[in-house]
Amino acid sequence: MKGRPAPAMGLLRQIDALARAAFPTGLTALLMVLAAVPVGLPGMVSAAALPCIVFWSVFRPAALPPLAVFGLGLLGDLLSFAPVGSGVLTLLVVAGLVTRWRRFLVKQSFLAVWLAYCGVALMAAALGWLLQVVLGWRLVPLAPGLCQAAMSAGLYPGLAWVMSRLHEGMSRAEAAP
Amino acid sequence: MIRLSIPLRQALSRLSLPVLIVLAFGTMLLGKADALLAERARMALADLLAPIWATLQQPVASVRGAVQEAEFLLNLRAENARLREENERLRRWQATALALEAENGMLQRQLHFVPEAAPAFQTVRVVADGGGIYARAVLLGLGPSHGVRKGQIALDARGLVGRVTEVGLRSARVLLATDMNSRIPVVLEGSRARAMMVGTNGARPRLQHWPEGSAPEDGERIVTSAEAGAFPAGLPVGIVRRSEGGAPEVELFARLDRLDVVRLFDYGLGGILPPEAVARPEPRPRR
Repeated sequence: MKGRPAPAMGLLRQIDALARAAFPTGLTALLMVLAAVPVGLPGMVSAAALPCIVFWSVFRPAALPPLAVFGLGLLGDLLSFAPVGSGVLTLLVVAGLVTRWRRFLVKQSFLAVWLAYCGVALMAAALGWLLQVVLGWRLVPLAPGLCQAAMSAGLYPGLAWVMSRLHEGMSRAEAAP
Repeated sequence: MIRLSIPLRQALSRLSLPVLIVLAFGTMLLGKADALLAERARMALADLLAPIWATLQQPVASVRGAVQEAEFLLNLRAENARLREENERLRRWQATALALEAENGMLQRQLHFVPEAAPAFQTVRVVADGGGIYARAVLLGLGPSHGVRKGQIALDARGLVGRVTEVGLRSARVLLATDMNSRIPVVLEGSRARAMMVGTNGARPRLQHWPEGSAPEDGERIVTSAEAGAFPAGLPVGIVRRSEGGAPEVELFARLDRLDVVRLFDYGLGGILPPEAVARPEPRPRR
């Protein structure tokens, strides 16, 4: 038995849905480009990318498919002159892990998510450091990586506040008939 | 849109992450194997974004200016006292400099000294941070027909900043003297001994390989050396400082943490350039 097909979406509706689906990726890419403006702190590009990836992976995983994460990682690598592929791998691993834990994380309080985020940032820094050492075949100090993790952890509350407002707005728009 | 059965679609979505992780490893290998490709991709992206960064530069500069203004107002009094003291000291130095200049002119006339031509330079704006956590570099925004080449030397108002390493259509990248990959031949001005200044990604590069018996002394001035044909002799670099561990480091004259504008000098030097730049040397424009 076949049901009746759903009514076709209007063009405006389609554009609206498309914009909403592309918004998390677009916002992350924009933030990364803005973070490359020199303000005296090195490593802002990846520090700004990580909170966005984690937040959208937890709260709206459908809008951040692995392919988009791949693209964002590549953008970050090209912007920050890191070895090509290292940022891609780091972001993919982070997105994969966080998506696996999201059922647990989504129910937690803001503070708990932040703490989990700090752990993820440390892990990402360690992975980034390892890749840097292996790809450059030279021992680099660990301190800049830790510094970046701390910076990224400090950026998370502010970015997450803005993004949760946007996420609520988007959910409200989706719930509306 | 292609219609797929639900189990197939689920399997595909579950597979996409592992496949992409494998692809990421592939990208790493490709970046290692073909460094030129990665460099081209980077400069193409930088060219694309340089106009955006250039427009962003104005509001950023004005915010930074406002913050600086506030700082000035806060320590106006202490600054004034320091300037008074410095002014006294500089007045004495000015008298010395004028006397030395006159003496130098007289000696040059006696020796029929042929002065070196002043090198051509262009002033360009720093638009973006071209480094990451493990690299120190800046991106410059350039005009469409800029004539900037690899190997040109960047100086700020005070001293050496670094060297142009990559050039795109509308942007160029300068590797700073503090970068881990930077090796600059220098001369200790007091003893005329040669040494290497090696970047560490920290604020102060380290000095290495000075000849035995002429260890760098604290407070000694460091200038570039013409060794290897990469830099002209005598560009101001910095002052020797001892680190806590006793290793000699260089406190740079250039303020690398707040670069707004740099001057790119063309000395026409082609020493130690990446291979593909050596393979087809560009003709130097005639002055």
